[in-house]
Amino acid sequence: MSTAAAKGLPDEAHGHDGAAGHGSGGPANTRTVVSYGFWLFILSDIVLFSAVFATYAVLSGRTAGGPSGKDLFDLRNVAIETGCLLLSSFTCGIMSLVSDAKRPMQTYLAAAVTFALGAAFLYLELNEFIDMADHGAGPDRSAFLSAFFTLVGLHGTHVTFGLIWLVVMMAQIATRGFRPTTMWRLHCFALFWHALDIIWIAVFTIVYLMGVL
Amino acid sequence: MLGKLTWDAIPFNDPIPFFTGIGIIVGMISILSLVTIKRWWPYLWNEWITTVDHKKLGVMYVLLSLVMLLRGFVDALMMRSQQAIAAGGAQGFLPPEHYDQVFSAHGTIMIFFVAMTFMIGLINFIVPLQLGERDVAFPVLNSTSFWLTASAVLLINMSLFIGVFSRATWLAYPPLSELQYSPDTGVDYYLWALQISGVGTLLTGINFLATILKMRAPGMNYFRMPIFCWTALASSLLIVAAFPISTATWGMLLLDRYAGMHFFTNDMGGNPMMYMNLIWAWGHPEVYILVLPAFGVFSEVIATFSGKPLFGYRSMVVATLAICILSFIVWLHHFFTMGAGADVNGFFGIMTMIIAVPTGVKVFNWLFTMYGGQVRMTVPMLWSIGFIITFVIGGMTGVLLAVPPADFMLHNSLFLVAHFHNVIIGGVLFGAFAGYNYWFPKAFGFTLDERLGKASFWCWLIGFYLAFVPLYILGFKGATRRMQHYDNTDWQPLMLVAAFGAFVILCGIGFIILQLVWSIYTREKRRDLTGDPWNGRTLEWAVPSPAPAYNFAILPDIETTDAFSEMKKHDQTSIPVPPGGYQPIHMPRNSANGFFTAFFTVVFGFSMIWHIWWLAIVGFAGIFITYLALAWRSDEGYEIPAAEVARMEAAGRKGVKA
Repeated sequence: MSTAAAKGLPDEAHGHDGAAGHGSGGPANTRTVVSYGFWLFILSDIVLFSAVFATYAVLSGRTAGGPSGKDLFDLRNVAIETGCLLLSSFTCGIMSLVSDAKRPMQTYLAAAVTFALGAAFLYLELNEFIDMADHGAGPDRSAFLSAFFTLVGLHGTHVTFGLIWLVVMMAQIATRGFRPTTMWRLHCFALFWHALDIIWIAVFTIVYLMGVL
Repeated sequence: MLGKLTWDAIPFNDPIPFFTGIGIIVGMISILSLVTIKRWWPYLWNEWITTVDHKKLGVMYVLLSLVMLLRGFVDALMMRSQQAIAAGGAQGFLPPEHYDQVFSAHGTIMIFFVAMTFMIGLINFIVPLQLGERDVAFPVLNSTSFWLTASAVLLINMSLFIGVFSRATWLAYPPLSELQYSPDTGVDYYLWALQISGVGTLLTGINFLATILKMRAPGMNYFRMPIFCWTALASSLLIVAAFPISTATWGMLLLDRYAGMHFFTNDMGGNPMMYMNLIWAWGHPEVYILVLPAFGVFSEVIATFSGKPLFGYRSMVVATLAICILSFIVWLHHFFTMGAGADVNGFFGIMTMIIAVPTGVKVFNWLFTMYGGQVRMTVPMLWSIGFIITFVIGGMTGVLLAVPPADFMLHNSLFLVAHFHNVIIGGVLFGAFAGYNYWFPKAFGFTLDERLGKASFWCWLIGFYLAFVPLYILGFKGATRRMQHYDNTDWQPLMLVAAFGAFVILCGIGFIILQLVWSIYTREKRRDLTGDPWNGRTLEWAVPSPAPAYNFAILPDIETTDAFSEMKKHDQTSIPVPPGGYQPIHMPRNSANGFFTAFFTVVFGFSMIWHIWWLAIVGFAGIFITYLALAWRSDEGYEIPAAEVARMEAAGRKGVKA
């Protein structure tokens, strides 16, 4: 949904940039409205995550005799995941800079690195999930594991949508160049990708660090 | 191939849903055939289905809401009739498994698809007109929101004929709503319909926040915005902050049901009480999402028909925002009996009573607005005065319920049922009808009939008291809610009065339909040629009726609150055309994106409900491809030339249909 909504945004905003009137203010330009709307969407997404975080906090001790976080989490694996995601945010920032300068090849390169790092993150996460499920610690084992898989999986789903979105954006640049609508969308994508990092920091701290230490 | 879907899903042996379902299908087929025979498809497709005009979307929301009001009200009549006869040993005409579906559907439909849909319709129609805007921030997204709501409505109504609806009440409390106790697809219909409409509502909230905060006309400062826009702003804030919680909560219940998880189950560490906390952390703000825009309608109506500026404009704004914030810290009063302890209950009880303070401020502001004014007893004004009296009673029973020890006695009794109907009918629905009568001429260019409007108001008001005062008394006597039958025959006389009241309300609904039909029939006599039939105070009355597609030919320049009143003081009945004349106006093009999204969403939702996984993938892929198509659409809208704007403005002023 997130990617869909985000891609839906720019075409719909139509400019009143040259609005008449001599009072203060007046309608904002389209670029501002689009970013603003997307910020609001991100805020709503963070509320969604907070509800799941709250649930995790309530259920994290309810293991129903099954394994707890201490038994399951491998901090080394999580550290690599975190490294991939944070680094991908950095390369995403570079992508914003080179795309602002309208340099297609550098944009593709930065996007490819971002994609690869995001995909590596997802691969490690899926491996962890499959490994846990193989050892009888799947999401149906206990309330704690339900909450764990849902919270971490919700973030992972967002990353997956982010990757698809990134591919679509590169296809847009390839077919239509750096036109304003494409630039707004790329800007929204960057906001989305950085927000996922912030959420991951919370996941890393609350789920993994507090679960193991 | 078809998942859980078999011929058993069709209720052949259950006459009420079977014949209702057949009736609906026949009705829909005849409407579709009529549209085809009369060749109305191009008109419907171009003017309504693909429209991105906020005014037309607002009209469609209201129409959808009125249709669903009929559906929800039939459920209400069935419940009142059932309780009127099922006393002593009698079982009435509805078996328990059907009765439980009826009250679950009634609550779900009335809250989400009548009250909510109506309010969002009014917000859509009015907010840009009041703020001097030509459109909302994201027009195509707006149409998508509407069509998602419509898909949810379709899914809910499918449950009449294909399978069953939820029997787990309008909030689907676990563990009853878990797979163990509700193994059929009823709860899944409920969950998917609400998830889909919830996404639509969230997008509406985002859209209107951006519209109100970023798109206002020059000079339209915050403290010059009409109160309805303030309440729409507060409502949108609540939507963006609260709806993700419901999405998360229902998502977890879906995972429990589909993936065998244990969020809210009785066993394996699950915690059903967490559902109550989460769902009411959304559910209480939801109440204010509904009622705040209604407060906005009353503020507009009372100021206009008292011929005075609203008393205490700033205190009204502060009260609205105070309610907006407080609504997030009272949720626990919905389950004082859970046993959170005296301190917790005490805190939430007091917070709940504190909400009565800003609400009281509003009531006094409305009263003082009327005081010393030239009050015109029009239909919207009658609804407003009826609201003030009714809502104060409902508010007081609410404060009574906010006292935890009293709540322990009244929890889940008919007293509670009477209370929330008192505030939702007396507040939201009365507000909806006030707004409907007030803004109808702006949408269609002619006024609604006053006599029939008054008849509908009196039937609703009297019917409401007849139907719900007995429920207050029965609640005190110990009658609980959701009884399919009861043994105590002493309750029956009051149940009969309540049923009679419901039939009086039915007359009120009949008069609303009659009013609409009669007003359309006599529309030539009731044309609004001025654009300002009520001597209004705000900008929507400064444009012709019906409002042109671009709303404002000239963007207004705002210097005060009640901008249009101020203009009229200087003998201006329309926004002055600057020396350079009209300019061409840029407009967004129609888009079928919302309609196709909704189509694939229905496919997706239906196949998820029935576990038809391959079709669910098809539906999801369809949604994705629809958005890819939108992303590659290289359409930057179109322009209405200045000469055409001048022609439309001149025509609108003469009352000729533009």
